[in-house]
Amino acid sequence: MNPPDFGSQPPGYPGRLFIVEGIDGSGKSTQLTLLAQWLRSEGYPVLFSEWNSSPIVKATTSRGKRRRLLSPLTFSLIHATDFSDRVEREIIPSLKAGAIVLADRYVYTAFARDVVRGVPPQWIRSLYGFAVVPTQAFYFRVPLDVALRRILSARPKLKHHEAGMDLNLHPDVRESYRIFQSRILEQYEQMVGEFGLAVMDATRPVEAQQRQLRRVIRPLLPKPRGRVDHALV
Amino acid sequence: MPSFESYGDGIPGVSLEDLTGWLIVIEGTDGVGRTTTITRVRSHLERLGYAVAETGLSRSDLASRGIRRAKEGNTLGSKAFNLFYATDFADRLERQIVPALRAGFVMLTDRYIYSLIARAIVRGAEPDWIKRVYSFALKPDAVFYLRIGVQDLVPRVLLNGGFDYWESGMDLPMGEDLYESFIQYQSRVIEELDQLAREYEYETVDATRPADVLSDYLSRRIAALLEAGGGPAEERGSDGEA
Repeated sequence: MNPPDFGSQPPGYPGRLFIVEGIDGSGKSTQLTLLAQWLRSEGYPVLFSEWNSSPIVKATTSRGKRRRLLSPLTFSLIHATDFSDRVEREIIPSLKAGAIVLADRYVYTAFARDVVRGVPPQWIRSLYGFAVVPTQAFYFRVPLDVALRRILSARPKLKHHEAGMDLNLHPDVRESYRIFQSRILEQYEQMVGEFGLAVMDATRPVEAQQRQLRRVIRPLLPKPRGRVDHALV
Repeated sequence: MPSFESYGDGIPGVSLEDLTGWLIVIEGTDGVGRTTTITRVRSHLERLGYAVAETGLSRSDLASRGIRRAKEGNTLGSKAFNLFYATDFADRLERQIVPALRAGFVMLTDRYIYSLIARAIVRGAEPDWIKRVYSFALKPDAVFYLRIGVQDLVPRVLLNGGFDYWESGMDLPMGEDLYESFIQYQSRVIEELDQLAREYEYETVDATRPADVLSDYLSRRIAALLEAGGGPAEERGSDGEA
């Protein structure tokens, strides 16, 4: 049994798929928002795709989280369920229609998070074998301390799973979060070479990062077909 | 040596040691008579002194409600449906099957990964992919596949309230009406289960026989299997007496 792992199939759609990845506090979402504004101003139809968007699966995920029903395996599978629905019904149709699809987190988030939870790396890579390979994925590399300062200085209320509390790393939520994030960071670093992630220095000024992002993306874009801002939202 | 192993890398964070029970699977397509058979086998085993538990598809705490809702609205893509069923199965495996096996129960399972794989393949999933998804599953002690041809299946389904939308594969482009679609869909599912029987080496049982003959046969077979494995738990626990 040797099914294709994620990454082995070429995309082959007229649209483009760009991904930003990185730990919380890496500033990737800000960069993606700026990128979307630029692409729209250039006349491209842009679609934003987010985690946890399918309403029915979302109800199950929330229930599982709220009642602490989720194990590493079911956590992994329920997120893959949601993700597959998004791929089948949102991302692929948009790519077929020629849209520029921007996703804040993609399969790499699942690979990092689930492997830290003890899910076998090869299994998770074949589980996501159906996912479209991005035109380019960007990894926002940031030192752990910097990211933690950005996140924790806002005194957030960290959720149980978000802090990795299900892993019994530390009884204190913030401490657990630190350890969990550091392990996720290790996973990202390993994936840079494996998946050819473009590394962004996320400690640089916002504008400098955005210029770099646009420089990489520009040659990968299709020729604009005119102003079609309203074709897709 | 662990008493159970999985088809692949196992279940993350779950030790398969100290699972002293038995995992017995009754497979077969919709309407073949699995429920009747399981009820009868169960009471037979209980008379012999075994502690018996049951589980079946879409009975998980976690995902059964979501699956029901998704079916009502037909609102999920086919891959998502397959993965939702895998989530349900994983939840039952971890929270029903493994604890029951740890407590020494005979776990009678109404369908297992084979039906889930067969249905996924019929709905267009890549066979190698879906098999790999389910590779965390435990290898059962025994699998009995109640086999019936689709023409023998039809009268049974009519007696039991007629054709169900999903059991007829109406979500698929298969034939014009419920009957046509049922025949095509069930034929494909049975074909896949036959194929999987060879691959996973499980036993095919002729399910066209009368219900009592079938359940007597399976009761005897399963009782013999359990006997060979040491009999009911209290006898296995007491040294020298068994």
